[in-house]
Amino acid sequence: MTTPQELKQRVADLLAAYPPESTPRQDFLDARFDAGLAWIHFPEGLGGLNAPRSLQSVVDKELTAAGAPDNDKRRIGIGLGMAAPTILAFGTPEQHQRFLRPLWTEREVWCQLFSEPGAGSDLAALGTRAVRDGDDWVVTGQKVWTSGAHKSQWAILVTRTDPDVPKHRGMTYFVCDMTAPGVEVRPLRQITGEAEFNEVFLSEVRIPDAHRLGAVGEGWKVAQTTLMNERVAIGGAEFPRDGGMVGVVTETWRERPELRTSELHDRLLKLWVEGESLRLVSSRLRQQLAAGAPGPEGSAVKVAFSELNQAASGLEIELLGDEGLRYDDWTMRRPDGVNFLGREAGYRYLRAKGNSIEGGTSEVLRNIIAERVLGLPSEPRIDKDVAWKDLPR
Amino acid sequence: MSDLLYSEVEEDLRASVRDLLKDRAEPAALIARTETAEPYDLKLWRTLAADLGAAGLAVPESLGGHGASAREVAVVMEELGRSVAPVPYLGSAVLATSALLATDTSQAEVVEKLGKLAAGALVGALAVPLSTAPGAEFPSTVTAAADGTLSGQVRSVVDASVAELIVVPAVGPDGPGLYTVDAASAGVTVTEAISLDLTRRIADVTLENVAAKQIAGSSAAVSALDTALLTAAGLLASEQLGIAEWALTETVRYLKERYQFGRQVGSFQSLKHRLANLYTDLVNARATARYAADCLASGDDIAIAVAVAQARNSPIAVHAAEEAIQLHGGIGMTWEHPAHLYLKRAKSDEIALGTPGRHRAALAPLIDLPA
Ligand SMILES: Cc1cc2nc3c(=O)[nH]c(=O)nc-3n(C[C@H](O)[C@H](O)[C@H](O)COP(=O)(O)OP(=O)(O)OC[C@H]3O[C@@H](n4cnc5c(N)ncnc54)[C@H](O)[C@@H]3O)c2cc1C
Repeated sequence: MTTPQELKQRVADLLAAYPPESTPRQDFLDARFDAGLAWIHFPEGLGGLNAPRSLQSVVDKELTAAGAPDNDKRRIGIGLGMAAPTILAFGTPEQHQRFLRPLWTEREVWCQLFSEPGAGSDLAALGTRAVRDGDDWVVTGQKVWTSGAHKSQWAILVTRTDPDVPKHRGMTYFVCDMTAPGVEVRPLRQITGEAEFNEVFLSEVRIPDAHRLGAVGEGWKVAQTTLMNERVAIGGAEFPRDGGMVGVVTETWRERPELRTSELHDRLLKLWVEGESLRLVSSRLRQQLAAGAPGPEGSAVKVAFSELNQAASGLEIELLGDEGLRYDDWTMRRPDGVNFLGREAGYRYLRAKGNSIEGGTSEVLRNIIAERVLGLPSEPRIDKDVAWKDLPR
Repeated sequence: MSDLLYSEVEEDLRASVRDLLKDRAEPAALIARTETAEPYDLKLWRTLAADLGAAGLAVPESLGGHGASAREVAVVMEELGRSVAPVPYLGSAVLATSALLATDTSQAEVVEKLGKLAAGALVGALAVPLSTAPGAEFPSTVTAAADGTLSGQVRSVVDASVAELIVVPAVGPDGPGLYTVDAASAGVTVTEAISLDLTRRIADVTLENVAAKQIAGSSAAVSALDTALLTAAGLLASEQLGIAEWALTETVRYLKERYQFGRQVGSFQSLKHRLANLYTDLVNARATARYAADCLASGDDIAIAVAVAQARNSPIAVHAAEEAIQLHGGIGMTWEHPAHLYLKRAKSDEIALGTPGRHRAALAPLIDLPA
């Protein structure tokens, strides 16, 4: 059993051996991983200490206080939030060793090759084929809306390996090398002007069987783990009181008294209260996770988070009046990560529209809450017992 | 960071309160009781307050209580919201008890009365209109004469019709004071009002030269009253959570049972999404109520936590109760179905101890967002 005292000692040892002022950032991250202080609830040797997740904040606090460098969660969010827990849960020991360290230390960035032109909300309808060929699989198909594919070394990928069984049963999950021959990434420009996501074409890409995660035909089960973690990663992110999107608006309110109106005041206070309440929900979600019982609340938090971001960013533009009519930059760029707070109101407003689509649309999440959390009956379904190849599309 | 989960002890407490209320506050009986001469169930109150010890949770052991905290009281409030049990818990165990606890507790009068309140041997009430928000001006409708007797009227006092002890804020020659009054004393008249909330009554209290004991004066009286109102407002958020939880659970149950157009009504997506929204609200209400309870227990960040809890949970409870009625269709409009009890409680709770708008206004200066 690890105690906070022990953790503090380990942090002190790390800081003594690798003083942040004189240690290059990347070396420090490597050393932190090797000391088991990266994600302490991970196993020993994989960046962790098998310690209770709730104690991570002890480590983070000490390191922040010492001015130690950290990895950039915005840049490696998909790897940290989705790939890592999936690899940990379904990967072989060799896969653990190969992937987790460079993932955490930001040497290798990950993306998520799930959505396809014909498979969005209905992810299980996907058609990217993977065919076995000796020790390899040969993968052909098209993915879409792939955030960060242009800066990624690796992808988590779901494919169809058996078209003759119902859709949920014929999928297999892989780790895909984005630098392999046959992988082509094309930028897709989005409403903000930039190209954060991409189309990815896979033409006879060879993936060694050693890069399969989970059993053949079990891809849906593995994908569920990724999706659940995706929601928690989106909804359970830590932010301070008065932070996040609401925080940006409140800053403007405080600094610009000339913009205030009484109607906006009450709307702002309502949003502030919702923001505070959501901050508490996220904390509660993390506390549940740390106590080992992640509740089904993740989907609800994601729905609430999307609505709040959209309402707050919409209010910000209204508050700004004239300035709200302007935009900062329509240049087509390919950003490294999503940074809501680094740009101006118009960008935030437009980018927030994606919050209720990415990581599962709010409609689909409400279906999940209604059916899996509240136990309400599902819609009549025509796709359950039909082989994937016979489905209408 | 504060603890937003429930401890094992709290879950045990919840289980025993819920068991009791399930047996003894069954909806059909509750509805029937509302139109009798005994709208309150004082037998149930005694079991809850005395036998289960729910009245003295926040009172220190040295004063005859159980030395727990607002966190445990909040759990009881949740269960009371879920059952709308007709017991004077808010008036007695929360408002009157908190007011006494916020005075100098070494006074003989306070020790004696707190001990009895905590043991469930005495029902108390705090003589302010239930709509009074924390931070409101000290009430002046009751005046204290030079000889210490009280005269005046307070309207809409929660649980006053069954109270034996009334804690009265009054203004005397030396300014504000907090007094205890025996409800059976000469000169005390308590007139039941017709309450919107059938399971929690309000009454007008009239005092004519009533003998009273001062337990706090001037600024101590003002701050004791404010503490009581703040505590009660924070705990009310847990009751509102309980109401919302009942509304969602019952509506989900009904929509799974009810068939129209050849399928369970609950399989229609437009309804599923409304219920999913209620669930999303509930998740928010729970974290918010827990935070307020935890802050009341620890003494940190109380003002913001309470204002947020009331601004957030009041509308959530009302909306959940309204949806319960709408989604039950015709049945939801009937007197036999308990949904109306919850709507009445939720709507009264929205006004009680400050409306959401007042709490937002109170919040503005605390978080530096001036009008
Ligand atoms: C900014 C952004 C980043 C993204 N990043 C990635 C990524 O990195 N990797 C990746 O794989 N994907 C990514 N996505 C894709 C995202 O997961 C999908 O867009 C999403 O799942 C919706 O699929 P779709 O776009 O095909 O919409 P559709 O599934 O075609 O949905 C269209 C509309 O119908 C509604 N709808 C569909 N089915 C139902 C139903 N059963 N009940 C009620 N309503 C329904 C939807 O809610 C939506 O409103 C990203 C999307 C965005 C916006």
